[in-house]
Amino acid sequence: MTVLTLADAPRFTGGWRIVAVKEFTDHVRSVRFLVLVVLMSLAGLAAVHAAAGPIKDAAEAASSTPSIFLYLFTLSPQRVPAFHEFLGILGPLLGIGFGFDAVNGERSEGTLPRLVSQPIHRDEIINGKFVAGIAAIALALAAVMAIVGGYGALRLGIGPTWSDLARVGAFYVVAVVYIALWLALAILLSVVSRRAATAALAAIAIWLVVTLFAGLIAGVVADAVHGVDANSTSEQVLANARLELSIRRISPDQLYRDATGVLLNPSRQSTGLVIDQTSGALPSNLPLSDSLLLAWWQIVALTGAAIALFAAAYLGFMRQEVRA
Amino acid sequence: MAALLASEIDRPVGEMDGRPVIETHGLTKRYGDKTAVDSLTLEIGRGEVFGLLGPNGAGKTTTILMLLGLTEPSGGSARVVGADPTRDPLSIKSRVGYLPDEVGFYSDLTARENLRYTAALNRLRREVADDRIERVLDDVGLTDDADHKVGTYSRGMRQRLGVADALVKHPAVLILDEPTVNIDPEGVRELLLLVERLRSDQGVTVVLSSHLLHQVQQVCDRIGIFVAGRLEACGTIDELATAVGDRWVFTVGLSDVGDPLRLLRSVDHVRSVERAEGLWKVRADADIRPGLQRAVIESGGSFTHLARDGADLDAIYHRYFTGGDDDRPDVG
Repeated sequence: MTVLTLADAPRFTGGWRIVAVKEFTDHVRSVRFLVLVVLMSLAGLAAVHAAAGPIKDAAEAASSTPSIFLYLFTLSPQRVPAFHEFLGILGPLLGIGFGFDAVNGERSEGTLPRLVSQPIHRDEIINGKFVAGIAAIALALAAVMAIVGGYGALRLGIGPTWSDLARVGAFYVVAVVYIALWLALAILLSVVSRRAATAALAAIAIWLVVTLFAGLIAGVVADAVHGVDANSTSEQVLANARLELSIRRISPDQLYRDATGVLLNPSRQSTGLVIDQTSGALPSNLPLSDSLLLAWWQIVALTGAAIALFAAAYLGFMRQEVRA
Repeated sequence: MAALLASEIDRPVGEMDGRPVIETHGLTKRYGDKTAVDSLTLEIGRGEVFGLLGPNGAGKTTTILMLLGLTEPSGGSARVVGADPTRDPLSIKSRVGYLPDEVGFYSDLTARENLRYTAALNRLRREVADDRIERVLDDVGLTDDADHKVGTYSRGMRQRLGVADALVKHPAVLILDEPTVNIDPEGVRELLLLVERLRSDQGVTVVLSSHLLHQVQQVCDRIGIFVAGRLEACGTIDELATAVGDRWVFTVGLSDVGDPLRLLRSVDHVRSVERAEGLWKVRADADIRPGLQRAVIESGGSFTHLARDGADLDAIYHRYFTGGDDDRPDVG
């Protein structure tokens, strides 16, 4: 009997894939998916539409400007945020939307006891859900960017170059990591909180604080430490701004902005304050590899935070009793 | 509905001949100070229908979770279909079908889609799975509703779907936790018939937990009585009835015998007599019918009613769950 059991064991590998396929199918078929893609596409179209007009005018004047296509995602005239900023604000909703009821939903539907009594390892449930969430995010984001980029290209009459595409690709990967971080947070909350509604509210509260109020808080703290008034020297103003940026970088939103700002704009030489290095710098374009180097620290921090949040969710889930 | 089950025998080989399918030794589970299951030692043989009987909170569900490896025991050991639940839960989970109490399904999926997921998690190939799903749906009478979303199902239908779900993997052991709570009497009858059939046609071992003794009594070969985490008694209904002294219970109706109470009490072996709805309930240590007949004839009266009550779990239940500790019989 023991021999048979051991021989049987390899039959039960790869259970996370079965969970992931089921969850991914559910996500893609859901109304939630459709609503989020439509919402983000509309926001993106508004941003690109607003950006395209000025780009067209500028492009005719300065035909030598490279990477005009990328301006679609970064230019924000007429007080409409640029596409990558929109994504920084709305992207978290995508992550939250696919994660806030991942575990507590199974509990409240009463499907968890049935699920854990099937021949899969317990961690494969949460791993599969995380993978499925990332896949759904990647698909949704690809759809949004295809719609938005396609519309922009049509309106501009200029297609992307290969190097533009590479930068858009890098931007896409960073955006997926950033949203996956929010997915991990939402799954963590779905493990901790018994009710899906509580988890959703908590996630949205964190999202509001981090994306909207973090800037305000950072500004207040910076002003308190390095007060600035009409008589301040430029050093004082700079110290204030530096501190504010450092504080803001605690927020994943700022890390995402830093990284995508550099990746989408080949002429940006720094993720820091623009004032730091512009004096004496020649206006030139960086190759993608250099832009990646500039954004490396931010990308690593985002990835690390996403992994840490998922690890917390994983441990929480593994320690929970089935019946509770 | 019935005939299909017999054709489906593909019992995994290696079932230990003669060895119990489920055995536990001193199995214990503590949550903090509270002991949910207190050194449970139990053996359940192949093809047996075993009833875990006890009030809510007696430790039945905790015991089941430990058998499935879903919760770690604080002490003791268990073997289920030859495997240790803590060390090799997957091989147990692939051979044991489990119907949790308050079973739930994905309400946005159809019954068939829900079962397909279970089949996939059991690594069944699609063709095999579809075939089996068809059969188990038929077994529980849900074929016509198979393609409706489970969100539209009644509680009884969900319960039946839960049984189908537990059967998809062709389990060697079926564990049903309070399977009859949410369903109507007709549903209960069908479920119990299905359990009977699974046992007789496929030799499936069934563990059925319940606080409803009459249902347990109908299908179970042996019964374990749980009180506050302890297995207080274990055995066949006859054994339990003998142990509580309720094997010989008669309902008697008499006319023209003068004082019926005195007459009944005068018969040999009678232990107690009480009035029950115009008749008399007589408990005895042995068969009193010959002696009683003689006494009635001698007194010049006659019977209006005489019947022996079946061994009744009511008395057993009452005795263990509410009776004093001092005269608790020792069985099993």
